[in-house]
Amino acid sequence: MNRAQRKLHKSSRCILKNRQMAKNVFLLPSAAGVVLFVLLPFADVSRRSFTTAVTGEFCGIDNYQAVFANEAFRLAVLNTLRFTGVGVPLLLAVSLLLSVMIYELPWAHVLKSAYLFPLAVPSATVVLVWKILFHRQGMLNAWLVSVGKTPVDWLGSDASFWVLIISYLWKNLGYTMILWLAGLSYIQKEQKEAAMADGATSAKCFWYVVFPQLKPMLYTVTVLSLINSFKVFREAYIVAGAYPQQRLYLLQHLFNNWFTNLDVDKMAAAAVCTAIVLTLLELLLQRAWEDK
Amino acid sequence: MKMSKKGIGIFAAAAAAAIVCMPIVMVALGSLKSGNELADSLRPVLSEGGTDVFIRWKLLALYPTLRHYIRLLVWTPDFFTVFWNSVKMTVPILAGQLFAAVPAAWAFAAYTWKRKHAVFTLYVVLMLLPFQVTMLPSYLVVQRLHLLDTHAAVILPAVFSTFPVFMVYRSFTAIPKELLEAARVEGAGETAVFLKIGVPLGSPGILSAAVLGFLDCWNMIEQPLAFLKEKALWPLSLYLPNVQAGQAGISLAACVITLIPAALVFLLGQDYLEQGITAAGIKT
Repeated sequence: MNRAQRKLHKSSRCILKNRQMAKNVFLLPSAAGVVLFVLLPFADVSRRSFTTAVTGEFCGIDNYQAVFANEAFRLAVLNTLRFTGVGVPLLLAVSLLLSVMIYELPWAHVLKSAYLFPLAVPSATVVLVWKILFHRQGMLNAWLVSVGKTPVDWLGSDASFWVLIISYLWKNLGYTMILWLAGLSYIQKEQKEAAMADGATSAKCFWYVVFPQLKPMLYTVTVLSLINSFKVFREAYIVAGAYPQQRLYLLQHLFNNWFTNLDVDKMAAAAVCTAIVLTLLELLLQRAWEDK
Repeated sequence: MKMSKKGIGIFAAAAAAAIVCMPIVMVALGSLKSGNELADSLRPVLSEGGTDVFIRWKLLALYPTLRHYIRLLVWTPDFFTVFWNSVKMTVPILAGQLFAAVPAAWAFAAYTWKRKHAVFTLYVVLMLLPFQVTMLPSYLVVQRLHLLDTHAAVILPAVFSTFPVFMVYRSFTAIPKELLEAARVEGAGETAVFLKIGVPLGSPGILSAAVLGFLDCWNMIEQPLAFLKEKALWPLSLYLPNVQAGQAGISLAACVITLIPAALVFLLGQDYLEQGITAAGIKT
């Protein structure tokens, strides 16, 4: 290595070091906040999950056993799984269907705004409307009776599950559609036209031409829909309170009620379990759908 | 035949859009109804006793009136306190989120470093965790800092949400790396590259993170419910459901006024919101 080369080598190392420094400075505010406000306290909570709430003595996995034996916990887990398992796929499917229907329309953007608007509507704003629609004496039942069906107690029976699903779809349809529409806009018209010219039906064209090209988006769309699915608690809580009809009792309700009763030990154990499950789910989604 | 199929599709899409907007229209027009009219038509829904009468809700008011708005804005000083509470929490959260998240997103998008993938995955996991899971950890910190029952208890944990990092990151990654290199060759420092290239080109992502952040804060329920025992500190989103049944008119008017800032932000930011969400979905 001659002197000039060495100098160049040194300066490029200097640049790299400089960049690492810059990266650290950029990351610092967020990372420090995350460590102080989330990671460290969460570590403390994990520690507490192995101790008793009152005396703080080590108690092994007692709290975990108590949580899993808890009737309310099982109910809440089941309800949450059921809601997520039905709600998220349904949202993805309905929003994709609507997106495919409108994306070639000249006035698609007007419809898009209409679908997106509920995102801006605070949950509290529509509580009264939800009651007007879904109450035992509400509009939906009035309509059911007028067409000769038996009325359903939408908020007071297991049918409340569907009210939750509807309010989730209502709120998030537009958001998810924008994601799909973005994906659809990248698909070349020629490809579709070629498939149609070869005699493919529109359903076949969708499955073999359009859908495979949307697949890379599945990861982001699912993650974002999942995040939004947890927020459905707001509607459920405002409409039905801390102890709603059995089907509506989600993990969020349970955490809230434990929090109110200061059941710190159970809460800690359940928080650790939920965090583990969600971490595994995220890794699974990443492995399955995210292209590197 | 094919045309008619398409026609059905368009009709269904338009009908779905109308249904989606219906609840908002019902609230807005309902707030113009007189107290008596509201009480009459809401009786089957709001009275506890089992009646057999179904609700009859007409879209348009019989005698439109602005009385509820006047009563709310002139005679209900509480409402201003609560409205102001919402503002006092939303603005610092948004400012803090952007201050922390935008540079962090840049660190993820513009540089290569060891364990970047692992740290980013951690950020994604944190953004997936619902508030209830982080409620106890946040509570413990806030308690230790003696901030319970202050707005800071809601603001501080919310500032370090990792969701905006994700949104902004995706729009930063769309910026071609060559552009950054070119600027560096021209002698631009790392800060200049960030401020003069990253921020302007990533602005759709930044603005859409801000719009989504605003809508989410304005609708905050869980956080104030957990950290604010004092009702005088509550934001609009928690105050609204507490308006009594007999005051449906005022309640509807309050709903509309709560909706106005959110609707304005939404309408002003919609283009950026769409671009930002799009950037989040499409990987380049």
